[in-house]
Amino acid sequence: MSTPPPSSEPPVPQYKVIGTRPIRHDGVDKVTGKAVYTGDIHLPGMLHGKILRSPHAHARVLSVDTSEAEKMPGVHAVATSADLPGLKDQIVQLGEGEVNLKYLGANCLARDKVLYKGHAVAAVAASSLEVAEAALSRIKVEYEVLPSVTWCLDAMQDAAPVLHAELRTASMGENSDKPTNIDAHVCFEKGNIEAGFATADVVVEREFKTASVHQGYIEPQVVVADWNQDGQLRIWTATQGSFTCRQQTAELLNLPVSRVTVTPCEIGGGFGGKITVYLEPVAAVLSKKSGRPVKISMQRNEVFEGTGPTPGSWMRVKLGATRTGRLVAGEARIVFDGGAFPGGGPILAAGCMCVFSCYELEHAKVEGYNVVVNKSKTSAYRAPGSTHVAYACESVIDELAQTLKLDPLEFRLMNAAKEGTRRVDGPVYPRIGLIEVLNAAKASEHWKSPLTGVNRGRGIACGFWFNAALKSSCTANVNFDGTITLLEGSTDIGGTRTSLAMQLAETLGIAAADVHPRVVDTDSVGYTDVTGGSRVTFATGLAVCKAGLEIEKQMKARAAVLWNVSLDQIKVENGVYSAKDRSVSFKDLAAELSVHGDPIVVSTSVSPEGSTNAFCVHIVDLEVDRETGKTTILRYTVIQDAGKAIHPSYVEGQMQGGAVQGIGWALNEEYFFDSQGRMANASFLDYRMPTALDVPMIDTIIVEVPNPDHPFGVRGVGEVPIVPPPATIANAIQRATGVRMCELPMSPPRLWKAMADAH
Amino acid sequence: MAKKLHVTTTINNESVEFLCEARHSLLEVLRDRLELTGAKEGCNNGNCGACTVLMNGLPVVSCLVLAVEAEGAEIETVEGLAGHDHFLHPLQQCFLEGAALQCGICTPGFLVAAKALLKKIPNPTEEQIRFNLSGNLCRCTGYDKIVRAVQAAAEQMKETVS
Repeated sequence: MSTPPPSSEPPVPQYKVIGTRPIRHDGVDKVTGKAVYTGDIHLPGMLHGKILRSPHAHARVLSVDTSEAEKMPGVHAVATSADLPGLKDQIVQLGEGEVNLKYLGANCLARDKVLYKGHAVAAVAASSLEVAEAALSRIKVEYEVLPSVTWCLDAMQDAAPVLHAELRTASMGENSDKPTNIDAHVCFEKGNIEAGFATADVVVEREFKTASVHQGYIEPQVVVADWNQDGQLRIWTATQGSFTCRQQTAELLNLPVSRVTVTPCEIGGGFGGKITVYLEPVAAVLSKKSGRPVKISMQRNEVFEGTGPTPGSWMRVKLGATRTGRLVAGEARIVFDGGAFPGGGPILAAGCMCVFSCYELEHAKVEGYNVVVNKSKTSAYRAPGSTHVAYACESVIDELAQTLKLDPLEFRLMNAAKEGTRRVDGPVYPRIGLIEVLNAAKASEHWKSPLTGVNRGRGIACGFWFNAALKSSCTANVNFDGTITLLEGSTDIGGTRTSLAMQLAETLGIAAADVHPRVVDTDSVGYTDVTGGSRVTFATGLAVCKAGLEIEKQMKARAAVLWNVSLDQIKVENGVYSAKDRSVSFKDLAAELSVHGDPIVVSTSVSPEGSTNAFCVHIVDLEVDRETGKTTILRYTVIQDAGKAIHPSYVEGQMQGGAVQGIGWALNEEYFFDSQGRMANASFLDYRMPTALDVPMIDTIIVEVPNPDHPFGVRGVGEVPIVPPPATIANAIQRATGVRMCELPMSPPRLWKAMADAH
Repeated sequence: MAKKLHVTTTINNESVEFLCEARHSLLEVLRDRLELTGAKEGCNNGNCGACTVLMNGLPVVSCLVLAVEAEGAEIETVEGLAGHDHFLHPLQQCFLEGAALQCGICTPGFLVAAKALLKKIPNPTEEQIRFNLSGNLCRCTGYDKIVRAVQAAAEQMKETVS
């Protein structure tokens, strides 16, 4: 389903390929079990690596004795942080985000301290997994256990255990003078909030807490490294960004990037969690020491304990409106935990930029703090930061609407951000689609249908995510059979091979099946940033469209030579090249390339700037069991501006998948820590992600307000659908029970208690 | 090193023999010894279903089955679903046409579990599909398109039979 744009806009172009639903190019491999994921790689002579991890949440490492392990038969190499080169205190840009090498290295193998349970301390490569595991038990580590802290507000207290003695708060370009756990402080302000709140008739202020949640990809981190005797390090890995992985690994090992080749295998989910390296440098060191290829696979508990979850958070949001329903001022104070190492500033900043991003707000102030705590270093998770703040802001918006006795959708529509709205952090929106999305929600069957029954409620909430642009490259080879082999560096997590092939096909007037997209290694295509920021269909799509236009140009020139006519006489329509009375299909013209002239090979690169601005609205109907506190989702609809849906099925898939991840975040998912700061539920049994039985069908309505910065109007769709669910569900629970849930997850015990307390 | 045990079994209609240690799981043997890497390891403790295979027609998480238990059994893995001459099983075809996969790591487990379901209940309700597939985790799709693909395959298989 799509919504026509307003009549003032140009007519919607008619496409032959875009908007259709071809079978994805890698589909057959994935339904037959032939697709090669990193875990499926087996190299001759390959050793198996295992990592020794800290049992303590916070401890000083007094000594590590690996001598017994090294003597074991079958053990080929043992590594500790002493095997990683001394790392500079240096920030490296990784496309989407940045990292300090010193901390990145200490996260891969702990130096003088372990900072969370599961922190890697040493590693072994052996002839079998069993030998490697036995060898780990022979490594003697002497710890001095230190007090730990896992909740962000506790970590901000003066008396809190300090994780990094050298850490100072970076704030407004200055550093604080005392050791602290506060890593970053950001502040955004527009207008004058005191004056703004003075004009408000109604003000609502609430505090919110959210637990740490994990990305929960089904494929654990796994890597194969082969550091060849010629000095070339080859890595096969599950990564969202092969070039980013190459850069991090090279920097940590003090190698030029060209000495590292990263082959991105099929990847079993990432959601932001497979950008940072954990295993790659360690497997590389073990490979170098043993002279053999080394594979390391994480077990699920290692994934939960040792890889980036999302921040836990505390937030206070205050919003004021006039009696007639106009928002006048907003204030937010946001605290995110960054996990064990500094560097969470960008996620915090994103949260601060997103908190009021859906609304026209004349006066606003947002202040945020990022805090280090004794849990794994947080990493990006689908629209990182935005889900937290949307939970807070959209809950307060809903309560304001209730106080003003306004329809919650109308209230949002009255105040919705639009082209020209300036966000609190400065940028002014270009053409965006929030109003269209809200109108589509209003017109939806779901919103218009009545909801009846006791303990039932309907909720609605908006979501925003920037979407990134960054750098992308591709190479297109025109085959003599009239097809194109498209080489790209964007690892395909959710069907981007096909969304890219379709754009190339559309540009050239050929079928999607006649483009063969291949995700290749870092030596075989130009630099490409991560598959993240919902950017691939947009930015790598731009590179692909550019390649298509260049191929068309060269094909026209070839036709002109063949027919001995001038170039300006060649016309191209729907993949047919013609001049005067002659015409030839793309396919037949491609066949001529084998005989006449040079092969046509086109490589392109792009580095678009800015963001493509995705908005969505979610509607839920749910029922609460007052006896148990369990919430059942009865009906769920996602309405989202895709700009242009290249392959609608996979756009819907993003909307549905994001919504269900958000439902899990809202209702069940949570890191539990014991009194010693150790994660207590590091398995899929105890960390409860939604199953098929926990959710209904997820209805989707794709709205298309074209992005002016892309030839087909693509905005990117992957991340924003995770943003609204916690608020949408909290708003519905409030209407079902009268209880306003200000803490995530709204799990049965927590909701049951809140209902009991309210009576 | 522990003494190796000899196991004779049938995998995807072919007789197979292998040596393993008593502690090896069926998943380890399938993936590491027999080069049947279609079954995936997502958790190695029976919670995610990515390693689901059929054992004597019933879905099992092969990470929790000891390889020696395969003695005399009939095992079917995702590799056994498709036929000759590029013929795909209706479930595979419907997963492709219905875009019921994104990253694809859970797909083999879902296909195998769904095959067992349709054998048990050829015309399942949505609830029955959700219940029977609730041992398989998917983090990408939100399950909607998976449930629909199983519904579509059930429809197709009914037509083929009648």
